[in-house]
Amino acid sequence: MKTEILSQGRCGDFAKKVKEISREDILLCYQCGMCSAGCPIAFAMDILPNQIIQLVRLGLEEDIAKSRTIWLCASCLTCSVRCPRGLDLAKVMEALRLISLRKNIDYIRLAEISHDALAELPQIVLVSSFRKHTA
Amino acid sequence: MELSYYPGCTLKTKARNFEDSAIAFMTALGINLKEITRWNCCGAVYSLADDDLIHQLAPVRDLIRVKEQGQDKVVALCSLCFNTLKRANLLMRNDAEKRKTLNSFMDDEIDYNGEVEVVHLLEVLRDDIGWKTISDRLKVPLKHLKLAPYYGCTLLRPQEVAIDQVERPTILHQLLQALGAELIDFPFATKCCSSFQAVGNREVALESAWNILSSAVSWQAEALVVSCPLCDFNLAGKQEEIKQKYREFKGIPTLYFTQLLALALGLDRKVCHFELNYQDPQPLLESKGLL
Amino acid sequence: MERRIGVYICHCGLNIAGTVNVAEVARYAGTLDSVVISRDYGYLCSDIGQGLIKKDIKELGLNRVVVAACSPRMHELTFRNACQDAGLNPYLYEHANIREQCSWPHTDRELATNKAKALTHAAVRRVYYHEPLEVKEAPVNPNVLVVGGGIAGIQAALDIANGEHKVYLVEREPSIGGHMIQLDRTFPTLDCSECILTPKMTEVRQHPFINLLAYSEVEAVSGFVGDFKVKVRKKARFVDENKCTGCGVCEQKCPWKTDSEFEAGLAKRKAIYIPFPQAVPNVATIDKKLCVYFKTGKCRACEKFCDAGAVDFSQVDQIIEVEVGSIIIATGYDIFDPRLMPQYGYGRYDNILTGLEFERMTSAGGPTGGRVLLKSGKEPESVAIVHCVGSRDKNYHEYCSRVCCMYGLKYAHLLRELTKAEVYEMYIDMRSFGEGYEEFYERISKEGVNFIRGKVAEIAADPVDGKLIVSCADTVIGKALRVSVDMVILCPALKARSDTEQVAKTFTINRRADGFFLERHVKLDPVATPTDGIFIAGCCEGPKDIPDTVAQASAAAAKVLSLISKGRITLESAIATVDETRCLGCGRCEETCNFHAPKVVAKNGVMVSEINETLCKGCGACAVVCPSGAMSIRHFTRQQVTSMVEALTEA
Repeated sequence: MKTEILSQGRCGDFAKKVKEISREDILLCYQCGMCSAGCPIAFAMDILPNQIIQLVRLGLEEDIAKSRTIWLCASCLTCSVRCPRGLDLAKVMEALRLISLRKNIDYIRLAEISHDALAELPQIVLVSSFRKHTA
Repeated sequence: MELSYYPGCTLKTKARNFEDSAIAFMTALGINLKEITRWNCCGAVYSLADDDLIHQLAPVRDLIRVKEQGQDKVVALCSLCFNTLKRANLLMRNDAEKRKTLNSFMDDEIDYNGEVEVVHLLEVLRDDIGWKTISDRLKVPLKHLKLAPYYGCTLLRPQEVAIDQVERPTILHQLLQALGAELIDFPFATKCCSSFQAVGNREVALESAWNILSSAVSWQAEALVVSCPLCDFNLAGKQEEIKQKYREFKGIPTLYFTQLLALALGLDRKVCHFELNYQDPQPLLESKGLL
Repeated sequence: MERRIGVYICHCGLNIAGTVNVAEVARYAGTLDSVVISRDYGYLCSDIGQGLIKKDIKELGLNRVVVAACSPRMHELTFRNACQDAGLNPYLYEHANIREQCSWPHTDRELATNKAKALTHAAVRRVYYHEPLEVKEAPVNPNVLVVGGGIAGIQAALDIANGEHKVYLVEREPSIGGHMIQLDRTFPTLDCSECILTPKMTEVRQHPFINLLAYSEVEAVSGFVGDFKVKVRKKARFVDENKCTGCGVCEQKCPWKTDSEFEAGLAKRKAIYIPFPQAVPNVATIDKKLCVYFKTGKCRACEKFCDAGAVDFSQVDQIIEVEVGSIIIATGYDIFDPRLMPQYGYGRYDNILTGLEFERMTSAGGPTGGRVLLKSGKEPESVAIVHCVGSRDKNYHEYCSRVCCMYGLKYAHLLRELTKAEVYEMYIDMRSFGEGYEEFYERISKEGVNFIRGKVAEIAADPVDGKLIVSCADTVIGKALRVSVDMVILCPALKARSDTEQVAKTFTINRRADGFFLERHVKLDPVATPTDGIFIAGCCEGPKDIPDTVAQASAAAAKVLSLISKGRITLESAIATVDETRCLGCGRCEETCNFHAPKVVAKNGVMVSEINETLCKGCGACAVVCPSGAMSIRHFTRQQVTSMVEALTEA
């Protein structure tokens, strides 16, 4: 494990970008971990939601980009309704996805979905997943 | 009595069992669910970005349709559609700047200022019809049927759209009680089914479904009751794959609450379209003498 | 008479001068009518600053003084005293606030300076009309009322009574002791709560200067500092306190049960009961709501079996009126009901306890004889202790409850001592700020506790083995965990009592946004309230541990003793005054006044309003409703106020 050298950026620069899209101020987070504790998908995440927030605070965008966490988020809002600092974490996750999607980097591609799958999946699943995982 | 009704895409195709049973039992209760005309897909999910308005157009247009057709209330069946429409509605009501921008962008439509009320069918059952009316009209009480009400996310979160208490909802519990069923109160009733992950992260969707299903089964549930075609697909549609991975899983049927209502009110099983349920509930229902 | 006004503009270091051009304001003030001298200075409240003012008064013959500085709540009194020292009536002084109302909220230098000029101008115009007022004093009744018989009330009462002043100690429950008597061992020393508290309770009972009114509540308070009149309702116990020996036979014979408040619902008590063996006073009480005699006229078993003949169903509530000079409120706290967080499963699943319930469980005299037991009667093999239930949470209580980290550690220790259970402690931050607290944390750390840094999201039960599954995340190692345990102890928030609003109204004190009583200044005056003569101590002022509670109780007692020692208070001079030539005797002032100061009386055959100068607080309500303009408030006359408005609205 290498030692990270934090480059000079002002604390919260990346957080500001996230705030522009989501209107949420992640600087409020006090790392209680309740979001991660209640997240139904946390079992599959390499980096937990609370850790993502800390990465945002320190501006470590690459680590976020390398992780699957924001793409595993199901926008179930369990974290948002419980956060003791009143942060809507689902909005933060959406903002992080959009930072990637708006660069035209999709998470899923229509071409990669088989015909059988397309026939089987109800529209609600297709529409919602394209909305969240593609630009 | 007539109620304006928004079906959404899936109810017209893969979830016709949901729609048909709903229209049937509502008619039996004397309420005509009148579909609004020229509706469009609501977009399924509500856009969570503050700087993105293009994705609000779809649900807002649907609300404009309702207003145009002279209705002040619209009922949704699909919980995800309900959530999206209601959140879009609250946006139009509360955010003056965005309302102005959207209205002026949609210059070919009438202005919309949040005049319509968006409700879920469960709310209509609880608040307008009442559980007593329903239990009074029971023809086939669902005796000895062990049902686990599954709420999912979209009926309860965020707080401003919630139709019931967020952490400990009881609306489905009350409905099932009114129908005479045996309630299975299991702790994963409000845990997300993983929503759209069925496409992008299939193995995670499978695992999430298993978490919920195994909990319901361990609490002795015989079937799960759902209100959303996405939850239904996630929980019921992948059970064969789940059985492959978890040998101890024997499968468990899911039922839309509207199918149960149609059944309990003594309607013909044809309106329930059980053939569209991913896991056939008929053997279970027959074993309880309900069919 | 010619007015000779001195104006002083304070820099307050950079607090004012950093935003306002104070030299310019001083220059401007010097151009105003009747202003003889205008200066600006660094810190006017300092000895040198005050000295400047005093010197000018003497040498320049000033007869009016204006200081433009901080809030009058900070230093109006300081400068009034300075004037008085220099031989000028203190009411010929006017204070303008150019800090809290000008330099602090604004950033634009030009605009702030213009505003400061306007505020100073208004003060100068007003001070022109100031008249010298007499400073009157009234005696202080040395008796004291202490409301609440927990450790705070007990300590305060003892401190004052030991000074040989009479204390009325009013306690709502049948016995004093509060929440502290329910606790088992107290951190960080782990000494037994009952053992350290009961001697103080006995002292209270035996003290010649303490009049203990237990099972009583304050109903009404009138008057003001030095002279309060309080109505206390002594509730009927239906047991004669003088005859009852506390033998407890009635309790044994009574057939009717309910949850015991003392045992936090873990055990039952009877309709006639003594809450716990060391109760003070050690007499029985009949719970009227539960007792069957009051519903049907039957039973009376207690009466039959009482050897002392102490049961008396004919008792009625008594209203006792006491007169005191000062009041200390020490009403304590309630705990947050975890049912408001349904995701924690409290009340839904077995073996989930609150801290208070666990205290009763580990207490040797408690319902399980000091053993930690599951509902099944077995000992737990694993226990989770959950911090911050309802605390530090915008959805419930935003504040930190201060004591839970420490008692959470205490429970870990007790569990390791009393059982062989594996202990998991789920926390967010470990707050061990007090004497011996960090050392206690270190001690517990070594005892083998699984510390997991993460707030618990939900607790569910396993349908097969009944174990509780606690969902938390270890934020340090980055894992979402599901911990399976036999028992969960929740650390609920300490919150203000449910009737705080009512109590605040009764005593005319305020509450903070978080629900606890408002102190006069959170750092510099934590036991006083904005209402003179009424003090607060202990958890009713905010969650705190026993050492801080006792410190506050003694602090409040000290403030009271200081008041009693001086023996007199200065009355407000800026009070109402009646122009009898204009008074119609209509009585609207009397109707409106909350303090009962005006009374319409006959004078020389004419009905006019007369002000009781010791009761009047100068609030001005009467002057507002007076239809003829006869009523005015000294120091706030129409002329004074309109002159300010004119100055402020001039371009």
